[in-house]
Amino acid sequence: MTESSGSKLLNGEACQRTLRGKNAGKNGFVKNHCVFEHPRKYRRPTERSQNAAPNSSLYKKPFSESFEETPLLVAVLTYMGYGILTIFGYFRDFLRHWNIEKCHIAHEREQQKDFVPLYQDFENFYTRNLYMRIRDNWNRPICSVPGAKVDLVERVTHNYNWTFEHTGKVVKDVINMGSYNYLGFAENAGACASAAIETTHAYGVGVASTRCEIGNLDIHEELEQLVARFLGVESSMAFGMGFATNSMNIPALTGKGCLILSDELNHASLVLGARLSGSTIRVFKHNNMQSLEKLLRDAIAHGQPRTHRPWKKILIVVEGIYSMEGSIVRLPEVIALKKRYKAYLYLDEAHSIGALGPNGRGVVDYFGLDPKDVDIMMGTFTKSFGAAGGYIGGRKELIDYLRCHSHSALYATSMSPPVAQQIISSMKIIMGEDGSTLGKDRLRQLSENTTYFRRKLREMGFIIYGNDDSPVVPLMLYMPAKIGAFGREMLKRNIGTVVVGFPATPIIESRARFCVSAAHTREMLDTVSLVNLQTPSSDPLHDGRVMGVRRSRRSNL
Amino acid sequence: MAAGQQWVLVEMVQAFYEAPAYHLILEGILILWIVRLLFFSKTYKPHETYKLTEKEKEDLIEEWQPEPLVPPVSKDHPSLNYDVVTGPPSHKIIINGKECTNFASFNFLGLLDSDRVKDKALASLKKYGVGTCGPRGFYGTFDVHLELESRLAKFMRTEEAIIYSYGFATIASAIPAYSKRGDIIFVDEAACFSIQKGLQASRSFIKYFKHNDMEDLERLLKEQELEDQKNPRKARVTRKFIVVEGLYINTADVCPLPELVRLKYKYKVRIFLEESMSFGVLGEHGKGVTEHFGVNIDDIDLISANMENAVASIGGFCCGRSFVIDHQRLSGQGYCFSASLPPMLAAAAIEALSIMEEDPEIFSVLKRRCSQVHQALQGIPGLKLVGVPFSPALHLQLERSSGCRSSDLQLLRSIVDHCLDRHVALTVARYLEKEERFVPPPSIRVVVTVEQTDEDIQKAVSCIREAASIFLR
Repeated sequence: MTESSGSKLLNGEACQRTLRGKNAGKNGFVKNHCVFEHPRKYRRPTERSQNAAPNSSLYKKPFSESFEETPLLVAVLTYMGYGILTIFGYFRDFLRHWNIEKCHIAHEREQQKDFVPLYQDFENFYTRNLYMRIRDNWNRPICSVPGAKVDLVERVTHNYNWTFEHTGKVVKDVINMGSYNYLGFAENAGACASAAIETTHAYGVGVASTRCEIGNLDIHEELEQLVARFLGVESSMAFGMGFATNSMNIPALTGKGCLILSDELNHASLVLGARLSGSTIRVFKHNNMQSLEKLLRDAIAHGQPRTHRPWKKILIVVEGIYSMEGSIVRLPEVIALKKRYKAYLYLDEAHSIGALGPNGRGVVDYFGLDPKDVDIMMGTFTKSFGAAGGYIGGRKELIDYLRCHSHSALYATSMSPPVAQQIISSMKIIMGEDGSTLGKDRLRQLSENTTYFRRKLREMGFIIYGNDDSPVVPLMLYMPAKIGAFGREMLKRNIGTVVVGFPATPIIESRARFCVSAAHTREMLDTVSLVNLQTPSSDPLHDGRVMGVRRSRRSNL
Repeated sequence: MAAGQQWVLVEMVQAFYEAPAYHLILEGILILWIVRLLFFSKTYKPHETYKLTEKEKEDLIEEWQPEPLVPPVSKDHPSLNYDVVTGPPSHKIIINGKECTNFASFNFLGLLDSDRVKDKALASLKKYGVGTCGPRGFYGTFDVHLELESRLAKFMRTEEAIIYSYGFATIASAIPAYSKRGDIIFVDEAACFSIQKGLQASRSFIKYFKHNDMEDLERLLKEQELEDQKNPRKARVTRKFIVVEGLYINTADVCPLPELVRLKYKYKVRIFLEESMSFGVLGEHGKGVTEHFGVNIDDIDLISANMENAVASIGGFCCGRSFVIDHQRLSGQGYCFSASLPPMLAAAAIEALSIMEEDPEIFSVLKRRCSQVHQALQGIPGLKLVGVPFSPALHLQLERSSGCRSSDLQLLRSIVDHCLDRHVALTVARYLEKEERFVPPPSIRVVVTVEQTDEDIQKAVSCIREAASIFLR
């Protein structure tokens, strides 16, 4: 644990007072101003492994997160892999150009050949030559509930993934490590499903109007009151799509002359929303509080670019759990910074709501903080609740304003009634309002499964990213060739995982991602982790080192 | 050569030895001086003096007071308190506890409470549950989605269709998937809000032409052509698009599609057509505005529509040739980064399509109803009917505006309330006045559905007349 002088200062007030009386030298002076700046000797900016929270006094329990640096050899090999793929890509493009290789790409209509090309050629180079070769790992159609086990529609390709044919057969009982079904509410039977069935009978599935006009059903009002109660906020509002909740509400909150400070790994919807708002956007390093604080200080001191007018307001935008890294936001520190610098905080709990915290109330609950310290609590219903849509919670004034100014409330059709019902039922179960301990059991199961699975993978020597308590578990693959191989080999062993590479991750950090669910049993998790290792020698995964397995030098975990 | 060079070097070193000491010292000082000037001189860093000290920064941070997160909303803001609908928003709707005949939901074909649709949705719910728990790429593609996509493509007679989980996000994601920074989009002034958001997300140059004014559009296209001739290299990579709506939600009239197609080929511009209001409404088989005008659907580059109006489910779709549509599977943000459509809603949409295919008569019924309502709403004193006779969503605007938008809205709202009291559900069309590019004038929206009977229509019209005579004297 690194204890720094800065970390003892809990808030700006205290910080300020110590400074006034002191006539320190320039350097010491600089350091002590900031809440989270560390003396240089403790700071190693290149190190990504952050096992010790730098401001441990803010945390009630150990905050353990690791991002092992890519070994140099692996990095070099990975770049070589991409190099080879690129060379082959150009070669095949050359063959296709001269009609030596059959070309499956859809063509422009003859009548429109003289139009400006719709796509730039290099835009599609990556898709055509890299993505296409391993395309079978994505968009795998399923034909059952996306629960702990899932049935896949079997498909084959006769032309290297250009087209797929469904064989009519079903791959049964694939262990599902891909769906965001954290609490296992993706079910087609049980209390939630029967409530949704009843609602469908009563309401139908559509609404055919907007909230503001004539699409505000009683079930929506019920849902919003419940969400507010669940989150511990004054008021809330629900929207029909999680993505749109971000992209259509951030523009209602900030505009020209405002500054948005956004984590570099924020989801596309947050980025889009920030862009649509017309505010200035600055990006800080992932979960890096020093970087955030520096941006905040500079922003306030210098004001808007060119005009130097003060910013109207500053909005910090972070996510609860980052879905590709498995990291958890350093919320106590973010809140300390936000208070110190009078910024507002927008917290996107898409993955963390329901999945974190002793009561399943997300990252605020996990750290034991006060939800009132977060100005805008946003989250989605897609994941833990097994439904669809998103919400925003906060003070009554905020929600009142959104009810009148949210793009979604005025222009988008309201949420489907059975979907709203599914959220109501599952949320009540999590809160224990159904009179059972089912919710508590699931929350406990999820956290046990997470700890178990993460520990298991670690023990086997895999390099995994993220926080120890995060149910999103990225396992590093690094090489582009491993992406396809890993996905296919896992499927052969009846395990469905998500594999991701560039552009969803940095180019050398391709990974597989497991989403742990409360519905998974120990046996399933054992199977998954064992299958990761026990593969035949012909298997491309066998060479552990290259895949990101590391058998030694793992310390302090 | 190499030997020669070496000799020069040797000579240089020799000259160095031979030079007098004072000369070398002088040279040395000169070099040091230059180094100092270059790297240590203050005069080279004029910004340095402007840099804030930490103390100054600290004072600025103390001093700064942000605006409140949201400005206060006045208690009587028209959108603050929503009307509450109890039970299904179908033909008979209970608003604020009053049962009314629905003239406000876009449930054109009355499929919202169709038992067939409900049954299919339920069957799907019992098989798949409600949510999909993932985006399309990561185990969120269900066989139902693939079926719906192929059914939509078949229905529209296009090569391919792609579904989105939210109607609003459909066109708003489709436009920026193709049009990037530097490209040019010609768009109708009356375009709906989701198109405007798509335009904004694309960061392209936007050129607005007057609503349905083809001469104005051609003027802009010609201007652009001249511009292109000046800089042909740039023109070769500048994509150009026309974005129009089939049936405008804001003005209830139809775009002159044949003329647009002519301009498309003349000026080599692609057409994106948003058909949320016209899909399942216009044309003999409900295929929308292309069928209405008899335009070859392949001449339109991309058609987008939502499945929330006529289809009475949730979500939206884009259709067109594979060459165009497939691109969205990796570039449509609302497609890639959002959870997929709940399978039960997709199943409901499939069944709605089946009903539409089995019984194309429904479209002529709707058309008759539309013209009936259009006819009946003519000549209400004080109110002006806006829209074409075959539009299912008409607008009643004030003949004489009071000059103040909010009092106009207040007036229209009292007409709507009067009708609500008499069991006719209408709504004032809502807009975000500050966000809209061109705010449409305030209006009451009258929605026609196939479920409305002659008596319903008569009653509604007489209610509106009565209210108009009370409030608009």
